[in-house]
Amino acid sequence: MQEEPKGLLIRPIRDGTVIDHITHGEALVVLRILGITGSTDERLSIATNVETRIRGTGGLKDIVKVSNRELSKEEVDRIALIAPNATINIIRDYNVVEKIGVEIPRHLRGIIRCTNLGCISNANEPIESAFEVTANGLRCLYCDTVINSDFAQHII
Amino acid sequence: MYHIISIKDFERGEIDELLDKAQAIDEASGPFSTLNGKQVALLFFEPSTRTRMSFASAVARLGGTTLCVDSVEGSSISKGETLADTVRVVSSYVDAIVLRHPKEGAARLAAEFASVPVINAGDGAGQHPSQTLLDLYTIRQSMPLEGIDVGLLGDLRYGRTTHSLAYALSNYDLTIHTIAPKSLELPTPLIGELLDRGCEVVEHEDITDIITELDVLYATRIQRERFPDAASYYEVAESYRITPELLEERKENMIILHPLPRAGEIDPRVDALPCAKYFEQAQNGVPVRMAMLKEVI
Repeated sequence: MQEEPKGLLIRPIRDGTVIDHITHGEALVVLRILGITGSTDERLSIATNVETRIRGTGGLKDIVKVSNRELSKEEVDRIALIAPNATINIIRDYNVVEKIGVEIPRHLRGIIRCTNLGCISNANEPIESAFEVTANGLRCLYCDTVINSDFAQHII
Repeated sequence: MYHIISIKDFERGEIDELLDKAQAIDEASGPFSTLNGKQVALLFFEPSTRTRMSFASAVARLGGTTLCVDSVEGSSISKGETLADTVRVVSSYVDAIVLRHPKEGAARLAAEFASVPVINAGDGAGQHPSQTLLDLYTIRQSMPLEGIDVGLLGDLRYGRTTHSLAYALSNYDLTIHTIAPKSLELPTPLIGELLDRGCEVVEHEDITDIITELDVLYATRIQRERFPDAASYYEVAESYRITPELLEERKENMIILHPLPRAGEIDPRVDALPCAKYFEQAQNGVPVRMAMLKEVI
């Protein structure tokens, strides 16, 4: 059997952001959280189910590289919901100039849809969804509904 | 600006203070002039007899006047106007807004957009703080809110009054007994919240197991639409019906409350017993709501 060719899975980027250690299978959700779609201008490299030796990951991770865009702290923290182990590397001229971990913010606005269909945040009102991050999960600041699993499913 | 949106926004001391103020109003002969020259909008986008009329009565007794919307059909919401816009506009006409709305969280939204104080008069299956305060007030008229056993009976899953009351009771050192069929138990997250707050919660399915221990029995309506068929509803409804026979072994000072309207869960023969406090409870809506209005305006 022919041996798998060695080499870089995806090329380094000159300037931009590398989001590493994303929970495997969640790379596309990360893009959705960042508002990156097929019609936006960023140049993207996405690798899914990449081998990793980090414990607790099942031996797999995803990586997203976004060229010519440095993510803000707020954008980074949104990712924490579905990829709590992710690390963000800010790249300038091929060098890592900043390496930051993600942390879940205390409040989330306009990111998660409330699972309660009777909640006013799901009605046609000029408001964004609003959640407080608590030990028990995400609590809707309008109707008190708590979401404690499958966050990715409820991302707007 | 001070809004009253959820009982969860109150510390115990604030609840006690508000109940003291309601008691002072109740004991005073009046007339009151707190709201002389003031107008309060009663925006009721959902039917309600007691809450709407008791708020109207409370405003009038404080010397104020009301502007009323009684239904979605009778408002610009039926033309597609958002609640946010309605509240913004109405704010410019009045000194406070009392809101009843079918969507949960509606009062919180209203408070964001209103330029006058908002009182939540019930939003969907969510919060109904004025009901909870008058429930507490009624208990306190008969006994201290400490060291007692309070039974919550009926539809505990969907009933907002029991959710709010259970949360409010968790401010006090007492035991909550839930009495409901498995399908209508208090939601697990709420039980978790009560336990986290140090409240003792005991679950029961059969009211006869606990009726002799209770100081307060808070009954709510079991809704027919929560059951797959009429037979299973009637079976459950019958076993949760409060009758004079069921109450024979009750504690001497035990009281029965019900947020009303009732639909057969309390036998009318109970009305004549000294433990039946549900009509006094409804009556208490006026002084409690007067105290709330005085607080925000």
